[in-house]
Amino acid sequence: MILHPALLALEISALLCATMVVYAACFGMGIVRYWNLASGSETQLVLERQTYLVSTVLSYFLAFQLVSLFLFIRTADSICHLFVGAMCAVGTLTVNAFGYPTLALKLVNFLLAGLWLILNHADSRGYDYPLIRVKYLLLALVAPFFALEAGLQTLFFLNLDPDIITSCCGALFSPASRNLATEVVNAPPLPMLGILYGSGVLLLLAGGAFLRRGIGGYLFGGANLVHLAVALAAVVSVVSPYLYELPSHHCPFCILDPEYYFFGYPLYLSLLIAAVTGMGVGLLQPFRKVASLAETLPALQRRLVRISLGAQAVFLILCTLPVLFSALSLR
Amino acid sequence: MARGLDRQRHILDFTLAALLRRKGKTGALVAVYTLVVFLLASALFFGHALRREAELVLKDAPEITVQRSLTGRYAPIPKEYAGAIGEIRGVSSARPRLWGYYYDANSRANYTLVVPAENQPDPGTIVIGSGIATLRDANPGDQIGFTGYDGAAQSYRVARVLPEGAGLVSADLILISERDYRALSGIPDGEATDLVLTVHNAKEFATVAEKIRQRFPDTRPIVRDEILRTYDALFNWRGGVVAVLSGMAGLAFVIFAWDKATGLSAEERKEIGVLKAVGWETSDILAMKFWEGIAVSFTAFLLGVTLGYLHVFWGGSFLFAPVLKGWSTLYPNFRLIPAVDFGELGAILFLVVVPYSVSTIVPSWRAATIDPDAVLR
Repeated sequence: MILHPALLALEISALLCATMVVYAACFGMGIVRYWNLASGSETQLVLERQTYLVSTVLSYFLAFQLVSLFLFIRTADSICHLFVGAMCAVGTLTVNAFGYPTLALKLVNFLLAGLWLILNHADSRGYDYPLIRVKYLLLALVAPFFALEAGLQTLFFLNLDPDIITSCCGALFSPASRNLATEVVNAPPLPMLGILYGSGVLLLLAGGAFLRRGIGGYLFGGANLVHLAVALAAVVSVVSPYLYELPSHHCPFCILDPEYYFFGYPLYLSLLIAAVTGMGVGLLQPFRKVASLAETLPALQRRLVRISLGAQAVFLILCTLPVLFSALSLR
Repeated sequence: MARGLDRQRHILDFTLAALLRRKGKTGALVAVYTLVVFLLASALFFGHALRREAELVLKDAPEITVQRSLTGRYAPIPKEYAGAIGEIRGVSSARPRLWGYYYDANSRANYTLVVPAENQPDPGTIVIGSGIATLRDANPGDQIGFTGYDGAAQSYRVARVLPEGAGLVSADLILISERDYRALSGIPDGEATDLVLTVHNAKEFATVAEKIRQRFPDTRPIVRDEILRTYDALFNWRGGVVAVLSGMAGLAFVIFAWDKATGLSAEERKEIGVLKAVGWETSDILAMKFWEGIAVSFTAFLLGVTLGYLHVFWGGSFLFAPVLKGWSTLYPNFRLIPAVDFGELGAILFLVVVPYSVSTIVPSWRAATIDPDAVLR
């Protein structure tokens, strides 16, 4: 274990977060079991009050979750000097087997948290708590992920051993080692760029169809999930080399560094916002028939589509800038 | 969208007015909060700046330093080693280096003696750092006396005083000629303090070090990256220790915040009751409490971080410097290069704001779910 202030901060917040989310989920189970809006009993009154507590707790912690995702990468990057052979966050994350799973879970939890907040928001639009059971069942599914993340992160930090030889991003993403990461990296750059733009155009079409005729909510949600994967792959295989002006440098973390003007923050942030809001549209689709939401839900969905498309446009423009203005050409 | 924003703006407006109405309570909370942020921020900024300083100093350090050790203790190294080590593949140059420390009993300070590789001062003259010049009140042309290893007095003329800009490294520095150095230190002609190697390819550091150890088992090669790593770990660790220690302060603060949030005065309860009676919903009160937390946290965070910055980079971190820096008397005027890292700010945010939010969430919810008739009756 390395006694680094940022590690302490991440650890404290992850443990608090997991505790609060699990606590909220336990409350939620009570709500799922005993909720009865028609009843005027004391239990029902208490439950109605508790829903406020649960939503407040979650909206706070889900916001912290977003910051912690970036702080985690930033910290992994800044302590890489402590490990022989590591030159950026990639090296730190490969020091032991828990690094990447923690990062992946942080990403998944961020998406889950965002989706839950969208559902919560939709629920608050209806006067009769129409989605309350769904939302707390979803919370019960989300809570174990948070607990798992806290556990994995703790193991990751406890097993950070400064004497281990790790690989730097050059070694991990070099063609010699064959794994998923290298397959992504070795994807031919220009076709990859084509796929990125193609999937962006498809999203635009799906979003447009939804805005115009109110159809294809599931399609838009699903397409956003696929596009998220495509976009992350494209960032690694095309956008990073253009930005670094080095055909062999594919690191997805170095773009967060000051040397590259913190370019990665707006890039990833816009992508994540687009993905969460876009997937939220699909998540809300089955509840359009709920009587108390019939009026508000389509408007909310349209707003989410607009936000998602706007953020997506920002992301695609940000991806295009290095390609246009880089001194490197991969043609 | 615009209507939603407007609603939040009005609630924020109301909250700020309410906070200002309770000046004493708000002020006490912000003051304690600021103090906690200030302590943490100072410690982190200071550690970060020291790390930066060490990095800058070591940037020009030799890639590999070779020392000789006899039964685990450091010893001067024979000059012939340099020739043999210089022939190892990958080593572009190996140079014996002469340097050491001199303890000046009069001013109770340690000086660093160095024989420069190029432009050695003429025998009988020395170049001194600004710290020594101030301490000994020496100007170019003055004579300075030192006691040699054999007790004999040696006297040198000050040729030049090094400019102050170089900070930490040069304040206590004395540049001296090789002949004078040997006369003062007693190191015989064929020996040097250590060897410095230039190795261009970073990937070969470990191999070169291994080969040196095999060929000269009595040597200890030190790779620059290892020094950097050690400094990094050391300063991070010190920062972490301070963070853990301020954890006590943090805990006290959390209890304080919780107490403040729980102990709603009759007046505030009444206020919330009235608000609910005139049509505010539970979610509005929660929004109000949320903005209250944001306003308090944001103010305290900004104040604390700013004060910490001023303390470290302007005030010479007078509160912790003796603990974190060392105890040499010759570093009176070193100013750290201001450097703030986003990660550090994030760490402070997580160490203080998250526990604060956790401790106030449940009390705020309790306040927000008060029944108006129960309070107003």
